[in-house]
Amino acid sequence: MTIPRRLRSCRRIIKQRAMVNATCDAWANRPNFAAAVLHSITEQELPMSEASARKDTADQAEFRRYCRDWLLSNKPGEPPVRLPQTPLEIMTTEQLNYLQAWQKSAYDAGLIGCDYPVAVGGGGRHNCQRVANEEMLAARTPFLPNVIGLGMAAPTVFYHAREEVKAELLPRLFSGEDIWCQGFSEPGAGSDLASVQTFAEPRGDKWIINGHKVWTSLAHFAEWMIILLRTDKSHKYDGLSYFVVPIRAALGKGVTVRPLIKITGETGFNEVIFDNLEVDDRYRLDELGKGWQVAMTTLLHERGAGELQGPRSGGMKNRSSHNITTAAVIDLAKQTPRAAGTAADDALLRDKLMRQLIREEGLKQNQRRSRVPALLDHPMRLPLQNKLLASEIAQSISSLAVEVEGMASSLYTGDSNAPAGGQWPLSYMNSYGMTIAAGTSEVQRNILGERVLGLPKSK
Amino acid sequence: MKQPNNYGFGEEAALLKESARKFFREHFTTDRLHALVAADPNPARAPQCQWERDLWSQLVDLGWTMLAVPEEAGGVGMPVAAVAGLVEEVGRAAFPCPLLGTLNATYALVACGEPGAAALADIAAGEAATLALADRSASWDPTATEVEYRDGGLHGTAWFVQDARKCDKFLVCASTAAGYGLFWVAAGAAGVTLEADSIVDLTRDQAHVRFDGAQGIEVSTNALAVLHTAMPAIWTLLAADMVGAGEWQLQTTVEYAATRKQFDHPLGFFQAIKHPLVEVMVQIDEAKSLVYNAACACDTEPQKAAQFAHMAKASASDMAAYASSRSVQSHGGIGFTWECYVHLYFKRQKHSQVLWGDGPWHRARLADIVIGNAA
Repeated sequence: MTIPRRLRSCRRIIKQRAMVNATCDAWANRPNFAAAVLHSITEQELPMSEASARKDTADQAEFRRYCRDWLLSNKPGEPPVRLPQTPLEIMTTEQLNYLQAWQKSAYDAGLIGCDYPVAVGGGGRHNCQRVANEEMLAARTPFLPNVIGLGMAAPTVFYHAREEVKAELLPRLFSGEDIWCQGFSEPGAGSDLASVQTFAEPRGDKWIINGHKVWTSLAHFAEWMIILLRTDKSHKYDGLSYFVVPIRAALGKGVTVRPLIKITGETGFNEVIFDNLEVDDRYRLDELGKGWQVAMTTLLHERGAGELQGPRSGGMKNRSSHNITTAAVIDLAKQTPRAAGTAADDALLRDKLMRQLIREEGLKQNQRRSRVPALLDHPMRLPLQNKLLASEIAQSISSLAVEVEGMASSLYTGDSNAPAGGQWPLSYMNSYGMTIAAGTSEVQRNILGERVLGLPKSK
Repeated sequence: MKQPNNYGFGEEAALLKESARKFFREHFTTDRLHALVAADPNPARAPQCQWERDLWSQLVDLGWTMLAVPEEAGGVGMPVAAVAGLVEEVGRAAFPCPLLGTLNATYALVACGEPGAAALADIAAGEAATLALADRSASWDPTATEVEYRDGGLHGTAWFVQDARKCDKFLVCASTAAGYGLFWVAAGAAGVTLEADSIVDLTRDQAHVRFDGAQGIEVSTNALAVLHTAMPAIWTLLAADMVGAGEWQLQTTVEYAATRKQFDHPLGFFQAIKHPLVEVMVQIDEAKSLVYNAACACDTEPQKAAQFAHMAKASASDMAAYASSRSVQSHGGIGFTWECYVHLYFKRQKHSQVLWGDGPWHRARLADIVIGNAA
């Protein structure tokens, strides 16, 4: 069998150096990602809008009342189709249409982009996005589809783009009419992000872009992409520049979006190939060679640590969502015949199930303890473990479920005899997305060792 | 009842933990520990019991031994969560003392109700105590006890008694005509003989205690019920000790890995060293979070206390084994020598790992609660 050419470079690189040998602080703790994983493990803790309301300023209190009233009569009804667990797995236009309609109505009502200036399509308020978020979460509204746009692209554009570009792009970003995606990773730049090679060459007041981005969630729906490009091959970090580029408008004219098929057989993310895409210089963010610094703005906001709080919504119960919890595996074990009884009678499996339950409870308690300062040694010690633990625990829960199913785990989602509709083998395979994306477990361990334990940086 | 978000670990608890940490930092360094307990490496050495009585008296004067004694019994009445904070610091210092035993006895005596009051008064007056429950297989199931109460006295042997030679009193489980009772017995009473064990752990002493007609106060006629109530706090506090000791192991090993150079780099540069140390940290944090959750359950949600304490002790036992293993291995050749301090904590942790049930034992009990008994 031949290997597709585009993946050959990945393979070559994998062979050339141990995958774990690269580190990059850019990937340090991506709680948005961790939160998505955690959501499936622990019951999502909805913020106490009542408790928070007590600390409101007069403006916030008035805005909160307004949000609450609006949501009461405008919260969307049940979706007509099954929704994915997170916005990053939106696969069909039916899903997208429903979610885009919701985001547009929330934006039109003033619940999105509240803290941005009116001139760029914002609400011109102060510290009010938090209020809107709390009320949307409390009302258990659907999630917002333009998640990369709102959480990462908007603050980056706002802090680093020219005024006319902000006014051009941000309103349709906030409304969700334009979906955004992020072009950071490449076949040769995964954990070691700063080694991106996709190149922008100046030609008059334009740039000509050639290269290859991968693992690009939402690219198949995206109008725009935030992108980290190389403009100088002689400097690793200072040779990077940051742009926003049109995707949809340039399809077939310099941009190709192809779905990458996951090991599960599903799609969900893409590769994007640039072949002489021409981009106007006004879409360059900040100065030439400042791409790495601009990327830090993106990642800072992704972590929720930036100045501008991203709009958040979610909490709507998904009827058919699959719970990745030890409790679900215990139920499965009780229903799985084994010898004279069930798998839940097997001493070895019981031990494994309890190991899993203990890790799961431990993660929950870590989050609780992270808010008790007297029981903390280092401020980042627990937060930086979140993504690592959430993804690895989800993986081992699914792995255990597959073990409990035994031979029946060979039956996949298309088989009517598959236990739990074949969801466990699917979850198990999908779990590798979590332990690889947003900084692999190995990179997370480097970050913990270096940032928290103070060990020397590995190369 | 719902648990408070902060585990009930309030300002007082934080102050106690911080002052304990400061106390040991000032008065009991690892140098001092080593000098105190590791003078004789001979494997065939006589059983030893090295401890700093003066420092212990100071702890007693500070009220640390009566923290868990209810106020109405003359104690301080601190919640288990606060006591766990103190015990974590004792574990970090690996301070040889009968504090855990005294706290264990306290929780059992509180569960005895009114008949335990006089014994609690002894503890409030500064006496040290320990549990004498186990048979020679280390089972503390009352029905397994080898001590019998007959003819007005106790007869038989209690095994694996912790810090026995540092204590004034034993809380002894014995079979009686009516079932199984608990007895409060003075260590120096007639008919009590301590036979010290020669143990691996240098920071504790251990003995089997023989009773030949010894007299004691019967503080409970239902040992089963009392232990059922008291054991979760006992498991939780031992786990807290292990978390503190684990943190010492981690920090000491990290410090070594950051300074010792091989192949032109500090050891910690290499991921074969770095990643296991991160894993030690992750396991410590899991155990620590579970300890405070269990402690808080003892205080506010007793119906969940056993379940959460099984989690805490199972987690701490596995962590202690792994942290110990990595502490010696990552130190390389020097870590294998008597002069390097890591063996002190290695041995303390291996002792704690199996004391009051190891990981598999606690997970089996947890499974009985969570899944139900196996068919």
